[in-house]
Amino acid sequence: MLLSSSIAGKVLMALAGLFLAMFLLVHLGINLLLLSSDGGVAFTAAAEFMATNPIIKIAEPVLFGGFLLHIAFGMMVSGQNRAARPVRYQESNSSETSLFSKYMFHTGIVVFLFLAMHMADFYLIKLGFIAPPEGIGQHDFYHRAMLLFSNPWYSGFYALSFLVLGFHLNHAIQSAFQTLGLNHSRYTPALKVAGSAYAIIITVGFSLIPLWIAFSPLTRL
Amino acid sequence: MNFTLRIWRQKNAAAKGGMVTYSVRGVCADSSFFEMLDTLNQQLVDEGAEPVCFDHDCREGICGTCSLYINGRPHGPVKGVTTCQLHMRSFADGDTINIEPWRAKAFPIVRDLIVDRSALDRINQAGGYVSVNSGGVPDANAIAVRKADSDAAFDAAACIGCGACVAACANAAAMLFIGAKVSHLALLPQGKVEARERVLTMVECMDGLGFGGCSNTYACEAECPKGISVANIAMLNREFLSSAIRKDKAKPFSGGF
Ligand code: HEM
Ligand code: SF4
Ligand code: FES
Repeated sequence: MLLSSSIAGKVLMALAGLFLAMFLLVHLGINLLLLSSDGGVAFTAAAEFMATNPIIKIAEPVLFGGFLLHIAFGMMVSGQNRAARPVRYQESNSSETSLFSKYMFHTGIVVFLFLAMHMADFYLIKLGFIAPPEGIGQHDFYHRAMLLFSNPWYSGFYALSFLVLGFHLNHAIQSAFQTLGLNHSRYTPALKVAGSAYAIIITVGFSLIPLWIAFSPLTRL
Repeated sequence: MNFTLRIWRQKNAAAKGGMVTYSVRGVCADSSFFEMLDTLNQQLVDEGAEPVCFDHDCREGICGTCSLYINGRPHGPVKGVTTCQLHMRSFADGDTINIEPWRAKAFPIVRDLIVDRSALDRINQAGGYVSVNSGGVPDANAIAVRKADSDAAFDAAACIGCGACVAACANAAAMLFIGAKVSHLALLPQGKVEARERVLTMVECMDGLGFGGCSNTYACEAECPKGISVANIAMLNREFLSSAIRKDKAKPFSGGF
């Protein structure tokens, strides 16, 4: 009863989503070190710390589990929701809604495709499933990132993906709190603003890095 | 005023339906939407054609019988009113108006614009009541209720069960309706007694009827003629979670005997 109910599924999704949202902040903090002009010393040290820290070692499977759970429920819930209206309206709905709330599946799919690319670019190389490009070590994320980001097309696609993730997150944060049953006449409006601010920080922060590396004349590889 | 109407016509539940175009002439600006449809139907009867079937009863916004998805919005373009409270002055002369039935798997079409909304009654039957012996009227002040709670319960109780929330929802979810019922009863001392069992049985019933789940798009709140707030859905989620977690400790419910 508990797990099969529509509300419980959404609650699991919201918890996983909020966990992913926290992870994004940590990830952004480390990635921003790519912009320091120390030749990758700080970034590599941070990546090393993340790779060896026992707490992170435990967090990693939780993170993968979180992604899998969120994506699996996202697809299941979207399928069930579509099935709830087998004959659609002739004139599409023009009711006022929360921005991007109707496109969570679509934005989610784009993020999913990005994740697949991201896995192939970094994680599968780290694990040794994919050989790193010429002259770059298996664990040398700094030069791997610099090489990828120096390609304007790659950087452009990367930034675009984060714009779409930003749309996802703009609805997601306040939605997760509502799903968890937290709605308050005073705090919910503030939370909506904070959720949008968070989405902007994630999108601008993550996009800035590849765009800066690709297009700034100051970049030295 | 003159209007072109595009109306969904469907002979019965099994028949294939489609949009049919009509024109109505000489409609008074202050006539209601239903008086305008009555005019059309009189025209059709005079021509020997089948009139358009639509649901209505009180025609004053209190019974929840009327429906109609008008120009892409349940209950039409005006906020906070039912279709029966809509007037033709809200449209421009010469407008083309699209009229469709509520669309949801849980609301099968009976005929034309009439859908079967008994799924909402079934959810109520699953727990949307208080089991009390209806003796004499109790003294109004015998049970103290916080003003904030009685206000919130009263707001939730304003739901007329029209189903516009389901019709507006991208997922055809009934969460605003059931949220209103669960909050209304859980906020009051008389309803609190059965609150834990109620939320579980009502949600279980809803899930079995083919409604979708909530994506928090809030289209329901925007279209609800009674201004039911989505805070009621959050309260439903809260009630559901706390009841589901403590479920095994809940005593079997005896029905008040
Ligand atoms: C870093 C990546 C992601 C983060 C941080 C994230 C976060 C969130 C959060 C917090 C919610 C709100 C949950 C709720 O309202 O209960 C949400 C909803 C959703 N997410 Fe994600 N998400 C991510 C990736 C994905 C991916 C890859 C998919 C793939 C399909 C996806 C599909 C969805 C869907 C469909 C919803 C809406 C569910 C509904 O209908 O209510 N998300 N996301
Ligand atoms: S919550 Fe509002 S829209 Fe939904 S059934 Fe009740 S009155 Fe109608
Ligand atoms: S006919 Fe009763 S509410 Fe519209």
